[in-house]
Amino acid sequence: MATTARYRDGDVGVRPAAQRWQALQSVDTARLLLLGGTAILVAICVARLVGIGQSSQAAIAFGLFIAFGELLRLSLPGGREAAPIAMTAALALAMALTVAPVHHPHAHPESVLPISATQVVAVAALGMALGALPHIAAGRPGGATGMSARLAAVALVAFIFRPLASTIWMPGRWYVAFCVMAVLATMAWLLETVIIAVIRAEDLRARYSVTLADELRVQWRLGLAVGISAIITVFGATVMGLDELAVFAGPLFVIQLAFRRYAGIRATYLQTVRALAQVTEVAGYVDSGHSRRVSKIALAVGRELGMSEPDLLKLEYAALMHDIGQLSLVDPIPAGATVDVDLAKTRRIAEFGAEVISQTGVLDEVAAIVRFQWLPYRGNAVKPPLGSRIIRVVNAFDDQVAGSPDRDRIAAAIAGIRARTDRDYDPAVVAALAIVTSRLPLSRL
Amino acid sequence: MGRLSLGSWLYLAAIVGVAGGIMLIAPISTADTKWWACYAVLALLFLICDSTPTPLAARQSAWSPSSAATLAAVVLLHGGIGAAMVGAAAVLTMRRQVLFYERLFNGAMYAVAGYAAGVAYLAVSGQPHPFMPDLLRVTEINSSHGLPPTMFEALLWPFAVAALAHVLVNHGLLWGMLLLDRRSAAATRRGDSPAALPLLLAYDIGFAGLGLVIAALWPVMQYFAATIVLVPLYVARWAMGQFAEQQRAHSATLAALCQAVETKDFYTRGHSDRVSRGAGMIARQIKMPPSRIEAVRFAGMLHDVGKLGVPTKVLQKEGALTEEEYAAIQLHPMRGLEIVGEIGFLNEALTGIMHHHERMDGRGYPMGFAGDEIPQFAKIIAVADAFDSMTSTRSYRVARRNDEAVAELRKSAGSQFDPKIVEAFISALDREGWKGQELAQPREYEILTSQDHDDPISPLRVVESR
Repeated sequence: MATTARYRDGDVGVRPAAQRWQALQSVDTARLLLLGGTAILVAICVARLVGIGQSSQAAIAFGLFIAFGELLRLSLPGGREAAPIAMTAALALAMALTVAPVHHPHAHPESVLPISATQVVAVAALGMALGALPHIAAGRPGGATGMSARLAAVALVAFIFRPLASTIWMPGRWYVAFCVMAVLATMAWLLETVIIAVIRAEDLRARYSVTLADELRVQWRLGLAVGISAIITVFGATVMGLDELAVFAGPLFVIQLAFRRYAGIRATYLQTVRALAQVTEVAGYVDSGHSRRVSKIALAVGRELGMSEPDLLKLEYAALMHDIGQLSLVDPIPAGATVDVDLAKTRRIAEFGAEVISQTGVLDEVAAIVRFQWLPYRGNAVKPPLGSRIIRVVNAFDDQVAGSPDRDRIAAAIAGIRARTDRDYDPAVVAALAIVTSRLPLSRL
Repeated sequence: MGRLSLGSWLYLAAIVGVAGGIMLIAPISTADTKWWACYAVLALLFLICDSTPTPLAARQSAWSPSSAATLAAVVLLHGGIGAAMVGAAAVLTMRRQVLFYERLFNGAMYAVAGYAAGVAYLAVSGQPHPFMPDLLRVTEINSSHGLPPTMFEALLWPFAVAALAHVLVNHGLLWGMLLLDRRSAAATRRGDSPAALPLLLAYDIGFAGLGLVIAALWPVMQYFAATIVLVPLYVARWAMGQFAEQQRAHSATLAALCQAVETKDFYTRGHSDRVSRGAGMIARQIKMPPSRIEAVRFAGMLHDVGKLGVPTKVLQKEGALTEEEYAAIQLHPMRGLEIVGEIGFLNEALTGIMHHHERMDGRGYPMGFAGDEIPQFAKIIAVADAFDSMTSTRSYRVARRNDEAVAELRKSAGSQFDPKIVEAFISALDREGWKGQELAQPREYEILTSQDHDDPISPLRVVESR
């Protein structure tokens, strides 16, 4: 998952030239369009920065805040990246109303911050770029895709809101401006989410509808917090001026910290399961690398079949631990190939594995997938869960191929499995496996 | 009601007395309806936050951002008394399972903390301050007659000092209670896990700014100011709750997988769990910081994972081992490292897993380290490991009594074990006791091993191959 789900940002660091060329060629259409469009937009907007004059103080403060937020970028589960603090500040700048003057007793607090939409985009772009520099210097991905999506969302809000700002901000009628902002913040969030979903769908070779649903599900809470925080910042600044940014930074930081810790423990959890799933390999029960290969291929197959992200996570856990039940065997099965062993024995292994997993008390659905992995597709009162069917097929496949890149061997294995779809294997899963394996070398899955 | 000690009752009574005194002495000099309406909203905000705390990782501990409401009251309701009254609302918390005296304690504690914050605020701002705004009365902030330009600036420092005072008094009073009565349920809000303290402080200080944000929003949107801040608060609460849930799931999974590893060997069932507990006892005894205690417990849990790499027939063999077989057993710490080496959070725990069979005299394995070359984690696990092995039944002998095992540890202190760790373990054993092995019927797949590589009394016998 770590290798597949991370954005390939067209940013290739220190790889050799040939590889770099290959990486460039693999940049997808949607990403190319997005990056190109953003670059043109930014170029136009930066040119308009001249004449920002009166608002320069606000522009600098917001720009630095955006840079700070981009520096504290957040990794979310599933290889996502977000910059909630940067997004909050950028949206707040786009929707700025009056900004109470600081140190300038003679300014006119009654007029809306005079900054044009293009200038907002320029400030946001420069801030993001500034915040991305340390990431690039540290050898991490520059995150151009994520920044472009965020910038597009900011531009949408800025171009609609800036012309309206002075008309909708009326004495005593804060709710008019509030409603407009709420609608615009929602639109911005939707735009960003759709862009990211399209790119993820290309990256992961999943369906758009599935990645969009996943993205909406994962991002809505953070999106809500960002939108409301931006609105709070705007109204707070009408009283506090730019001090608002400093005062609100604390709460924003704590919210981000909470998400960071959540993402961290999710990653740790996966890492632990991955590592401990190797016990069967070290004990000589299964071929080295088997559980990891099965989990990778099963994930790709699950995606091909349109499984949602929470289901894929359960599938991944189940695939990693599908052989844990072999610990109940006194003697390892030769080469660990469960495919050739009689059904009663595979059933016992599966049930013991499920028992171990359900002892955790939190992975019941994973245990169910493991429990029914021995069950043939047809001829049962109960239909095995999709996860079990996938693991059954992929396990059989990997027992025969064992990670070999040999095309003939792969084709033979799939043909063999396909011949048994009348009883043992789910034909839809086998078809998905055929598509997945025909794509690229299995090592790149 | 009798669960508190006398000292705790006196402490509780003192704080309640102070809080009551504040309420009586400080006059509420206003009959202003706006003041009371604002008070009601802030008290409600406080109650909502306090009634839905975020569970933190440690059992029984939770956190809520309710202090933001108190701090907003410091600004909006002119200092101490309003804030104290908002804090006192904790008495009405809607959390279930809060005992009467806990409500009393929490209410009094927040009232005192709120009053302290208010006093600090007024002291720093030098009330009556020329720039002190009456935010409750300003409604049209965007008109040219709005707030004087430098007005809000003047609030920043007093507010920061007030927030600091609130955090200090709140945590100070709470820790006083904790010191008096370690198991006091009155402290459930902040829990008994000192590991969480820096995090709690970070949360409290970070969210303090929200109080000023509420105050700043008040002139613009009045009561709605308290509603709108609930949104980011609840998103943060969700993430914190998810963290706690995932952390519990993670530990449960780790424990279950370790148990699965043990199922191979009937006699060592529960061994890793007990070693983990014993290592934790030693670590607490030598006053390790909480994060390292956690780590050494993980190391104890996982120390024998590598035994899976040892062929079953070697584990089962009766009589002396050949040199090859002995070498296979000696490999198990390295095998363990191979399995768990990629788990990033283990860090120092890895040294404990790898070196738990080193001896002080350098005759251990795998590296033959001696004395202080051996990592501390490994020394701790070695003692807990040997003790549990001796006090457990094996196929070739019944379990030793605890005092026999202690004598054996003392005998080997210096040669095999670090004497300091042995003494720490014995003290911890006196204090906390030991919950040893419970033998059940072996299951069909469990093998009955006839030797134990951990047992210092009957070391593995190895025949010379020549």
